[in-house]
Amino acid sequence: MRDDLDFRGHGLAVSASDVNAWFVREVLPLEAALMHFLRLSRRNKGDAEDLCQDVYVRVYEAAQKEIPHPVKPFVFAVARNLLINRAKRDQIVSIDSMADLDELGIAMDEPTPDRSVMARQELHRLETALEQLPPRCRQVVVLSRIEGLTRTEIASRMGITESTVSAHLTDGMYALADHLYGAPSKPGSDT
Amino acid sequence: MTEHPETESAQKVRTEAAAWLERRQRPEWSAEDQASLDAWLAAAPTNMVSYLRVEAAWTRANRLGALRKPMRDSAAIPQRRNFGRIFTMAAAAVGAAVVIGGAAATYFLIPQQKSYATPVGGHEILALKDGSQIELNTSTVVRVSQNKTERKVWLDKGEAYFRIKHDPAHPFVVMVGGHRVTDLGTTFLVRRDKNSVKVALIEGLAQFDGGNGSGQHATLKPGDVVVASAEKMSLKKETTTDMAEGLGWRHGLLIFKYTTLADAAAEFNRYNDRKLVIADPAVGRMKIVGTFATNNVAAFADVAEDILHLKVTHSEDQIVIAR
Repeated sequence: MRDDLDFRGHGLAVSASDVNAWFVREVLPLEAALMHFLRLSRRNKGDAEDLCQDVYVRVYEAAQKEIPHPVKPFVFAVARNLLINRAKRDQIVSIDSMADLDELGIAMDEPTPDRSVMARQELHRLETALEQLPPRCRQVVVLSRIEGLTRTEIASRMGITESTVSAHLTDGMYALADHLYGAPSKPGSDT
Repeated sequence: MTEHPETESAQKVRTEAAAWLERRQRPEWSAEDQASLDAWLAAAPTNMVSYLRVEAAWTRANRLGALRKPMRDSAAIPQRRNFGRIFTMAAAAVGAAVVIGGAAATYFLIPQQKSYATPVGGHEILALKDGSQIELNTSTVVRVSQNKTERKVWLDKGEAYFRIKHDPAHPFVVMVGGHRVTDLGTTFLVRRDKNSVKVALIEGLAQFDGGNGSGQHATLKPGDVVVASAEKMSLKKETTTDMAEGLGWRHGLLIFKYTTLADAAAEFNRYNDRKLVIADPAVGRMKIVGTFATNNVAAFADVAEDILHLKVTHSEDQIVIAR
């Protein structure tokens, strides 16, 4: 399945830290579109998150050998191949139900959105994410990330144990990442 | 592509990654802890990508920091209530990198007829005998004269924040670029740029008289902002929040809200000898939101590089930002 797209020969040889930086910079911002594609393409909507994670693993492993370029068609080709393999394995006869990238409006050649717009969307997403956290969790996140308090300080200020602080922080980090990368982008919400 | 064993659930590994990140924030994080984390990351790419993802989001949450309302009060300088809030928020967002202005500024009493200047990056508070204060921003020159009938200040260069004790018998006058601002019991800001003068009235009342015999004048009320050049004058209203942001320098802060990179760089360059150069006009039009210490050009360059993905080149006397 992999031979229908050839992304070789355009990449650059890179170090591990370059791969990491590239992954954060180029791949993570595609998550909202990728999740949208995966959700529409699977009968079992619940495992879109797992599929996304599998796509990341494959893309990351490929990048360790050679950074794929351009990145967006590569990521979606990986996703598509993964879906096809799953469909075969699960003996699902028709793969026509797979969402069409064009219909989804995921244009492969569209330039990355204006970076100032992206930065603004990021801020909105983080704000939304913060607002949606449960109150105690939100308070811990604000004290830690924005006010720079340590776990011990937060615990004594809020009158909770340090391990509760840790649990809230872990939840908060998880939710922030989901919102920042996974939440569907809302056109026009950036004004 | 090799067939992968079924990876463990995304939710599980992402929770583990967040837990690692949480532990890593603790002050007691040790070299052994780091070695354990490294081993966990190396054990499977699914660990690595999960960690990169949660860490990147957490970093972003810090960088675009001025997000939330404060939970404690900043004690640096006694604030007027309405301005206190935004400064606290901004100060909290910047964190440890900031030296709050009040602590760094120096106070001294001044005699009659004298000239005062601050260097690039400087910040001074002049305390006048009558109880009035003049707070000088970076690279600013003022001359002060007091006599029996009048208190007079010339703003020859830069920017100053005036908090004037009103005294009908001794009007307080600021001369700036040929224009005259007469205090009628007031707190106000005067900024002199190359070709224009800006006066923002924060409290009280003041009279603005345009220079060069133009005959233009206005009585300024709180929220009024006058921008005047040699030829023309315009008057607009600013919200309390906008005004407070314009006064961020009093606390050593630059507050940007959808500010173009070109304007932001120009602001930084007022405070620093190491100049920011925006090498591409399209880059200069990009907009940012954020709060920075006036002297922390490096943080700004980091944002340009990490968040806006621009090319940043450091040299001894300048930082060039390009596409």
